[in-house]
Amino acid sequence: MNTKPLVVENLKKSFGKVSALRGVDLSVDRGEIFGLIGPDGAGKTTFIRIVVSLLNADEGAVYFQGKPVRENIAYVRSRIGYMPQRFSLYPDLTVEENLRFFGDLFGVPLKIQKERMERLYRFSRLGAFKDRRADALSGGMKQKLALSCMLMHEPEVIVMDEPTYGVDPVSRSELWEILRTLTDEGRTILVSTAYMDEAQLCDRVGLIFKGEVLAQGKPDSLLNLITDPLYMVKTPQPHRVYFELLKHFEAVDCNIFGNGVHVIDRHSVGAEQIAKILKQSNFDFDEITPIRPGIEDVFLKLIRTANPSAKPEQRGELSA
Amino acid sequence: MNANEKYAVVAKDLTRKFGAFTAVDHVSFSVSRGEIFGFLGANGAGKTTTIRMMCGLLLPTSGSALVAGFDVFTQAEQIKQHIGYMSQRFSLYEDLTVLENIEFYGGIYGLSRKQIRRKSRELLAYLKLEDRANTVTAELPLGLKQRMALSTALLHDPEIIFLDEPTSGVDPDSRRQFWLLIYELAARGKTVFVTTHFMDEAEYCQRVSIMQEGRIIELDSPQNLKEKYKSESMQSVFLKAIGEESS
Amino acid sequence: MSRTFVSIIKKEFLHIVRDYQTLIIIVLMPVMMLLLYGYAITLEMREIKIAIVDHSKTPQSRALINHITSSNFFDIKARNVPESQFEDLFQQRLVRSVLVIPQDFSRSLNSNPQTPVQLLIDASDPNAANYILKYLSQIVTEFEIEQNPRLHFPFRVVPRLLYNPDLKSEYFFVPGLIAVIILLISALLTSLAIVREKERGTFEQILVSPVHAYQIVVGKVIPYIALGFVDSVIILVFGHFWFKVPVEGSILLLLGSLILYLLTGLSFGLFVSTITESQRVAMIVTLLMTILPTIMLSGFIFPIPSMPVIFQYISQIIPATHFLKIIRGILLKGSGLADLKNQLFYLVLLASFLIAVSIRKFKTTLE
Repeated sequence: MNTKPLVVENLKKSFGKVSALRGVDLSVDRGEIFGLIGPDGAGKTTFIRIVVSLLNADEGAVYFQGKPVRENIAYVRSRIGYMPQRFSLYPDLTVEENLRFFGDLFGVPLKIQKERMERLYRFSRLGAFKDRRADALSGGMKQKLALSCMLMHEPEVIVMDEPTYGVDPVSRSELWEILRTLTDEGRTILVSTAYMDEAQLCDRVGLIFKGEVLAQGKPDSLLNLITDPLYMVKTPQPHRVYFELLKHFEAVDCNIFGNGVHVIDRHSVGAEQIAKILKQSNFDFDEITPIRPGIEDVFLKLIRTANPSAKPEQRGELSA
Repeated sequence: MNANEKYAVVAKDLTRKFGAFTAVDHVSFSVSRGEIFGFLGANGAGKTTTIRMMCGLLLPTSGSALVAGFDVFTQAEQIKQHIGYMSQRFSLYEDLTVLENIEFYGGIYGLSRKQIRRKSRELLAYLKLEDRANTVTAELPLGLKQRMALSTALLHDPEIIFLDEPTSGVDPDSRRQFWLLIYELAARGKTVFVTTHFMDEAEYCQRVSIMQEGRIIELDSPQNLKEKYKSESMQSVFLKAIGEESS
Repeated sequence: MSRTFVSIIKKEFLHIVRDYQTLIIIVLMPVMMLLLYGYAITLEMREIKIAIVDHSKTPQSRALINHITSSNFFDIKARNVPESQFEDLFQQRLVRSVLVIPQDFSRSLNSNPQTPVQLLIDASDPNAANYILKYLSQIVTEFEIEQNPRLHFPFRVVPRLLYNPDLKSEYFFVPGLIAVIILLISALLTSLAIVREKERGTFEQILVSPVHAYQIVVGKVIPYIALGFVDSVIILVFGHFWFKVPVEGSILLLLGSLILYLLTGLSFGLFVSTITESQRVAMIVTLLMTILPTIMLSGFIFPIPSMPVIFQYISQIIPATHFLKIIRGILLKGSGLADLKNQLFYLVLLASFLIAVSIRKFKTTLE
């Protein structure tokens, strides 16, 4: 029998004409942070809502600790902690009142509530603000409070929908530290995010786009999906260099980044040859260095190979 | 060259209070013509309030600012003629078609029927939307909506373009398309003023300012900032800058 | 007209047309409400269930019962039930009223000036009880005039009903419906249309363009003036040709005052949109401040003189009170400009005040 915290099989869901999920398979192991990474509209929220039993799938199934979610809603909801995308606390209640409410909601005895609150205050550092109304907290603190509320019933599995969206980088890294502490205690976390750079903070990730998981696995093993050499052309004028490189490389292989252009060298052109091409056309660049791909390089490669037909017509140079 | 011609935007001690809360606190900066200038910060750091003051949507409480050479206090009308603005929520009418949106925004900027026709044709060609001109905007993918929103904000050929978190939630490929468009605009001499909370996007800007609690705590080129904080990425520059500020 | 202005109007029309569900409701609503008021809702009661206990059993008592049956106000459900069962009849709602004719009915009728007859009425619905009492007293009075030779009336009231001799209720609700529906469209839809843009963030985009506040306001409002106007014409045409409501006065004056009334509604809608940020709040405020008072306090359904004094004062502030006087005057009485100048003046005053306030307020909220 499969007792993994979460197993999802061939999940499909449409809203009218729009298919939000087109057959998603994935599984989350005990004690890991699984990151679901993709842009808005990729299907992250729909996926998460089905997992936590708020929405029914059209096809496929979700198993929570081996039990089908659809038939065991009460069981699932009492053991899962769900943090929705939007701030879902009561802004007119204080920090403590919010915690108490969520404790009562899950029938946690008062004495245990007290202990848990003390513990949550310690690690969220919200203790000093316990009498402050939730709407007077900063964005980062609100997220920590939402997380704490969800932890009042000590769920075994935690599911969070874009907890770091729009939160400042300092609070973001704090939040990730808390998540790590939670998995160290043996809890399992499924978290979605639109920030590619958060992939490295997860044990395993799934890259989701247009309702499909394009790839999943350990972040480092995903990086191996790019097998050809990758060069970074560092330049103060990335867009100029990008358009020049497009003349010599396929659009699929060139990507503009803030400080330069990344080129996937599928035909072993080599750094020297690239430099020569650019010098010939008098393009300004600092250096060409081989680099290790990042998760964003992988994602770009995957979404272009996933629907190659959509790309060329939408790419093309700007009209003058 | 006098300051008015060199700079597209000059702000000095710009402050905006909402009741007892100071959203923007004595902010000073100047943006050269043709520059891509970035505003970094978390939600609530004061980015949007600053942009709104520049666009004449909000009067500053104190300080001064010139936008395209016009005073934000007294010449909001003239400013509006010279700027384009795209807000976080792409301001297209979802129930109107692509073409109707273009016609509407062309109309409120007083473009002639002929100009609107020409502009619509250009724009549809650029967005590769010729065959979907009569599609209701709600049915377009997010990345395309975002480029369309920017294009409509450019219909009246403004000198300065304000973009408030234009790329949030858009997929990495569409984001690149968008930045290529911004580069193109800057190359044509337009000034681009952009806010973002994607730290990696800061690299696309010529200069960035980092905002925290209504104040600018750093303002320089990404390169210089990375050297100053001995960091590889803007993400860690930001963390260090904010960390220093808080300690 | 500037291009800017035309663009705003055109766009607003597109929104209205695109949202065809709402559009259908707007066009069908007046017709549906007319039919509802015309056929389903009547303010009179018919076929009231009654039980009659005749202890007298004389020709006179039978004559009284005949009067009651032939009036078609009453439907006799039970006869000569023992008194012990009265309670059950009322509890099971088999009858609303019980009439008991005493044994000495005929004798008393011939010898006494006053003949008591017992009437029991279920007054848990006081309004209905009132009607029953009124109808029965009327029948009894007629009967007495006929049967009691000892009764002498010093005079008789001969009523002549002016302007609506048949007391048709459609003469009364057609103007009332116009007042409510115009308000619904002008106040509710305009406030929602503006607040919706605030909610979606498109408002900001318009505000950064060099458009003037008054252009936005007027441009957004014109389509709704047209819509409200079309709706009121539908009601008028339908009311005139279907329910035969007359138009005695000047049509021009009628249409003019319609537009004036529309403007007061619109300006109120604008005002609401300047003080609210969400469609939900705008809807509640508009319903509470315009639609409800118009139905309850304007004299549309309940006559103003029967209201408590404080509400009578409030009713004078409500534009619908004055508009009802105008429209009833024009339709039924053929009133002219001179007869209605006070009401018209009030509407002009109110509309200009509200528009001035909302344009002023509108500018500052753009702030």
